[in-house]
Order: sequence, then C-alpha cells, then structure tokens
Amino acid sequence: MTDIEDAEAMSQPTAAELQHQLIPMLQEIQERFGYIPSEAVGWLSQQLKVSSQEIFGVATFYNHFRLNPPGRHEIRVCLGTACHVGGGERLLDTIKEKLGIEPGETTEDERYSLERVACVGACALSPAVVIDDEVHGRMTQRSLKRLLDSLERQDKKSKKRE
Amino acid sequence: MSEVDELDTIEVLVCLGTGCESAKSNLLYNQLTMQIEKKGLGKRVKVKRIGCHGLCQEGPVLAIEPEGLFYCQVQESDIEEIVESHFIRNEPVERLFYQTPEGDRIPHYKDIPFYSEQQRVVLRNSGHIDPGNIEDYISAGGYEGLRRALKDMTPEQVIEEIQNSGLRGRGGAGFPTGLKWRLARNAPGNKKYAICNADEGDPGAFMDGSILTADPHSVLEGLSICAYAIGADEAYVYVRHEYPSSVAALKKALQDSYKRGLLGKRLLGTDYNLDIHLMEGAGAFVCGEETALMASIEGRRGMPRPRPPFPTESGLWGKPTVINNVKSLANSAIIIREGSVWFKSIGTEGSPGTAIFSLTGKVRNTGLVEVPMGATIRNIIFDVGGGIKENRTFKAVQTGGPAGGCLPAEKLDLPVDFDSLKEAGAIMGSGGMIVMDETTCMVDVARYFLSFTQQESCGKCTPCRMGTLQMLRILDKIRAGKGEEGDIDRLLELCETVVDGSLCGLGQNAPNPVLTTIEYFRNEYEAHIKEKYCPAMVCRDLVKFVIDPDKCIACGACSRICPTGAAKGQKEVVHHIEQELCIKCGACYEVCPPKVEAVMKVPAHVELVGGVD
Repeated sequence: MTDIEDAEAMSQPTAAELQHQLIPMLQEIQERFGYIPSEAVGWLSQQLKVSSQEIFGVATFYNHFRLNPPGRHEIRVCLGTACHVGGGERLLDTIKEKLGIEPGETTEDERYSLERVACVGACALSPAVVIDDEVHGRMTQRSLKRLLDSLERQDKKSKKRE
Repeated sequence: MSEVDELDTIEVLVCLGTGCESAKSNLLYNQLTMQIEKKGLGKRVKVKRIGCHGLCQEGPVLAIEPEGLFYCQVQESDIEEIVESHFIRNEPVERLFYQTPEGDRIPHYKDIPFYSEQQRVVLRNSGHIDPGNIEDYISAGGYEGLRRALKDMTPEQVIEEIQNSGLRGRGGAGFPTGLKWRLARNAPGNKKYAICNADEGDPGAFMDGSILTADPHSVLEGLSICAYAIGADEAYVYVRHEYPSSVAALKKALQDSYKRGLLGKRLLGTDYNLDIHLMEGAGAFVCGEETALMASIEGRRGMPRPRPPFPTESGLWGKPTVINNVKSLANSAIIIREGSVWFKSIGTEGSPGTAIFSLTGKVRNTGLVEVPMGATIRNIIFDVGGGIKENRTFKAVQTGGPAGGCLPAEKLDLPVDFDSLKEAGAIMGSGGMIVMDETTCMVDVARYFLSFTQQESCGKCTPCRMGTLQMLRILDKIRAGKGEEGDIDRLLELCETVVDGSLCGLGQNAPNPVLTTIEYFRNEYEAHIKEKYCPAMVCRDLVKFVIDPDKCIACGACSRICPTGAAKGQKEVVHHIEQELCIKCGACYEVCPPKVEAVMKVPAHVELVGGVD
C-alpha cells in the first residue's frame, strides 16, 4: 500500500464508525422534524451504509423515537414510581377521556399528542405532567383541569390571530 | 458611609435542580438579578445558580451564604421583600424559614433534621457550587484527585488505592470497583475504554441525574482517573436523554475541561492523553445493563448478551472496557484525593462509604439524601425524611427500582448496605427509595413494577418476555377481583422460571417486587382473591365512589370537574354519581370540600342503605 492509499483508508470511516453515528443522527432528525419521516430513513441508510431495516429496527427499539408527527402540544404523563403511587394513572385517565386518545396517539385535529413516560426525575414533586417540555409538579385533578383549559384558551387565541 | 456598605458580601444560591426548576425557580433567579441591579447591590450580593440542594419538598429554595440561611417555597413575589428586608436592612424574612411539623421556624439549613442527619461526601458540592463554573469546582478542591493520580501515582498505585478503599460499585450490584479496574488494566490490548453509566432509568430515582446537574466535574474527574488507571485514551458518558439539564451541564463541563487542559492532549502537562465523548441514550431502560449500553453506543439495538466474556475482557467494539456508575466515579475522585483510609472510616466494614437515595413517595421530606452505609431504613425515613406525610401509617418501602423489593415495617431497623438488603429480598440498587403508606395497595405496586419490566424487556429471552406477561395477566385478574385460589402459587412458580431463564439482570430481578410483596403482604393478595376487597382502596374494580346525600351541600364542585359527566346534580339538589359512567378517576373525591366530605370511596360490593348512589 502506498502512502496515499494508506491515508485514504485512514480517512474513510469504518463500518463500525458509521454505525456508531446512527443513534445521534436519528436524534438530530427527530429534533428537527419532531419525528423520523420515512424519507429520512432512506437518506440515512445511504449516508451510513446501514440497511433501512436495521434503521427501523433501532428506531422502534428505543422509546424516544416516533415515526408519526406529534401534535402541536405534547402532553407527557409521568408514571414513575413516585408518580404512580401519587395517582399519575388517574391523571392519565382523565386526559385520555378528555382528548379521546390513547398514549402514543395524536388527536385528529393534530393539536395534542399524549404519551406516558417512565420517569422525568421530578419524583419529589409527584405526580408530574410535562406539557411542551415544561414540568408541572404536584398535580391534582383540579390543577390538571386548569392547565388543560388554559391550553385550550391559548390555542383559541392564537387561532383568532391567524 | 452608610451602614449597608459595612455588611459582608453575601451569596444567594438559587436551586435549579429538577424539583425546584419545575416549581419555576428560574423566574426567581431572573427576578433576583433584576432587583439586585435595580437597588445597586451588585457589588455586595452575588446571585449564583446551583444544582439540587437536597430538600426538594420545600422547593423552590434559596440558600444565603456564608450564613447558611435557608428560604423555602419562595415565590417570585417574595423576592422584593427578601432584597429589601434581608439584603438592605439585614433583617432576614422569618416567614420563609423552614417550618417544622410543630410549627417552629429553623433559619439555618444545617439545623434542619433533614440535613443534620446526613453525611454528605459525594453530594458535598451539590447545592454549594455553580455547576456551570469550573473554577468553583476547582476552588472546592476539585481536580486535586486527578492531579495527584497523574503526577504522583502510577496507574497500578491508583488501582491499589481504590482496591484498599473497598469501594463497591454504586450501580446496584456492589462489585468491587478496584478489582474491575485491575481486570481491565491486565487485559491484553492497547486500546481500552472507560464508560460512565448515567442511564438512570429506574422510575422513582433521580440521584445520578441530580449529581450530574449539580456537580458534573466530580464525575468527569472520576472518569478521567479511571481511564488513566486502566490505560484508556477514550471514554464515554452515556447519559439519559430524558435529563436535558444533565446533558447541558455535562456539555458545558466537557467544554471547560478541554479549555483548562484537563482533557485532550497532555493532561495537566503530563504525557497522558484522554478524550471524553458524550452519548445521549434514547429511552430504553434495558440500556442501563452494561452489555446493552455498549451495544447502544455502537449504534445497535440495546440488547444484552451473555457474559462471560465480561466487558473488562471484551467490551466496547470488542476492547477491554470498564463501565462504572456515576456515583462510583464521583467516589473514586474523592478517594484518590483524601485517601483510602479516610474513605474506610465511613460506613461499614463490608460496605464502606455512603449511600445516596432519592427519597420519595409518602414521606414528609422528599429529596436527595446521603447517609453512611449501615444507617437503618428507619434513620432515613423517620429522622432524615421526617416520617410519613399527613401522619398516616408507614406500610412499606421500596428500594432498587423495578428490580428491587418492598420491605415492611418489621424491616425498618435493617441497616442499609449491599449485603443486608439483599438478604431481605430487596436490593441496594442505584438509590431509589419510595415510601408507601396505608393508602398504597401492594398488589397494585407489584403490578406496576412488573408492567414496567414487561414493557422494557428487550425480548431476547422467552421466560422474561412471556413469563412476565403471564404474571402480569394474573396480577390484572387479581386486581379486577377475578382472582382464583392457586393464583399466588402460579405466580411464585412463574417467578422462579423467569429468574432461572433470563440472561441479564432485568429478567433475573423482574420478579423481585412480586416475590417480596407476596412474602411480606400475602394477606393483601388474599383479601383481593378471597374477599374481592382492596384494603388500600386503590384497585379500581374493587372500589366505587358514592355521595352521601345527608352531607352533600350541592355546591357543584364534583359535577364541574367530572370528566365523564357521571357526577350529576344541580343547584340545591343533592348530587349523585352514575356508576355506569364513572371511570373512577377520583376527581370528585379530591374536590369535595374538606368540611363537607360527602364523596366517599367504598368497596365496590358494599350496598349502602338510605338510597345513597
């Protein structure tokens, strides 16, 4: 091998190095689009020389990745142990009933998506509900209703402006 | 000059741990800096951001140093008073001091039992230094351990020191840290890796996340020492994506370390090179298992593989690798700084050092707790934690996350260390401690943990994938009041199969919550099965909500909040609950005014006389 060939071989990332990029790149795609569009999987497959099947395998294995677009508001109900003991499940029931969707789904008008999460680390303030990345602790049925109502009002206001 | 200028400079520490942050402490920070600037106090009063101070229950909290004064549950509207009264007139605001259950006010946090009963070693900096400022960490003695290791010690001597300290892995299993390092050092090959496992997935646990947010450099220092000792020039921190503030703190800390020459080429002027990479997890609980974690770094599905070979022989990309928990690494740094003799003087002989717990659930003082190993569970819950909320009765404590067990009141005097907890059927685990009172149903708790491990099972081993599902179905049946004679035995039999037939810790420990609740709370299972009765009134198929017509004042609180319209009534007409519509969310029970207490939770099969319901 000449020096030039050697240097080229050095600059070409190995298969292992490419595969190592997979999860960070999926995270970046989701960060940008809110989900993993199927077109992105094809593109990624070419970039990293990893099969689409493998990428789907990884994307569906990890809870963080979603393959459908999220709603405008993301509601995540924490069901960690402290939140469970503090009544998180009952809060989830109320939201399910109100929005008419199950966890993992998005409402038809694409306004809300609902998720259950294992623990957001706010255990000392259980039960917690996370709405659009803001953690709301010590939730009660009453404060939950207030929170959901204020979201509705916000939405109506911004609609009027449009 | 006026009297004001003669006052000493003070530091106002604003807690931005997860607890206080979700109670909007960032608004306090903004308000404080604004007010202080407005009043021209900028020279004398410094405002500093800190990570978790510990007493999350009282959040948002402010600490005033060097006096050590402590303000609890501070609102944005309190800031002006604090600035005017405390910082200008030197009259602290007493009404914001910590209040004991008896109503006394305690001004200094050192005197609050929650703090005075703790011994803070790993958490020594948490809540005192600005995690975003590397100089703060250094002036608190930080990186002294790394300096000593690189300049005065050979890698062998570092390992020897850690081995002498008797430090055991804080991830839960308690494997001797020094031995792990030695195995990796002695493994053949030039390329080796050190990994910090910060994938804290246990629900109900937030210790590692808090440490990373409050004192990220202590973990990086430990990781650098570990890498030096085993002969690695690359290291990874695998951190949970669900902890955005930990990720941000780590990113900043890494940046500053490179700038300061504490990472990169020629560390501290020696000829040792080290790079630390940050990898965010993607929400798979099983990745806390070391072989699954490495698969995830490699960009594959995080599925555990059989051991041996152990990672110290063949780990990341087949190279010898050491994987340590956040707390093990933070401990390593201070051991090298203070010496193994000092470390061994804390804790018990078999488990030296301290134990860190995130204390949550039905306990009065929730928060981050560090006690010497060997302290009893009673110490932690009643002395540090202040006992059970609302003066209810203690029922059980759960340690070790979904892989741990529930211990009853008889075990309260058990010392907390790796061996005693294991003997009692629970495990030390990573540090989650959830307190339960009489309103917690143990069958429901067992079902909760099992549903968690069932969902998180990667699916590789059939007994784990299918066995946990079968167990879950039986528990669901029992909870629904359809349990049969023999169900408990069937559960126990399945537990044994799952333990025996699973490769990794997730499956091997998944039955622990079921096994311990059956062992210590069998009567609750029997009440569900034989009498179709849930003693804690939690299992929803076994309870119903009714309104006592004699007590109802027709205020309409319940009908307004009811999400399904089951609570019916109108002005001045006694309300009632239509059972067919009721989803048993308990909202009506919660909002019925305390003076009225007309909404009642009763066993489902009870027929009430007098036309209730």
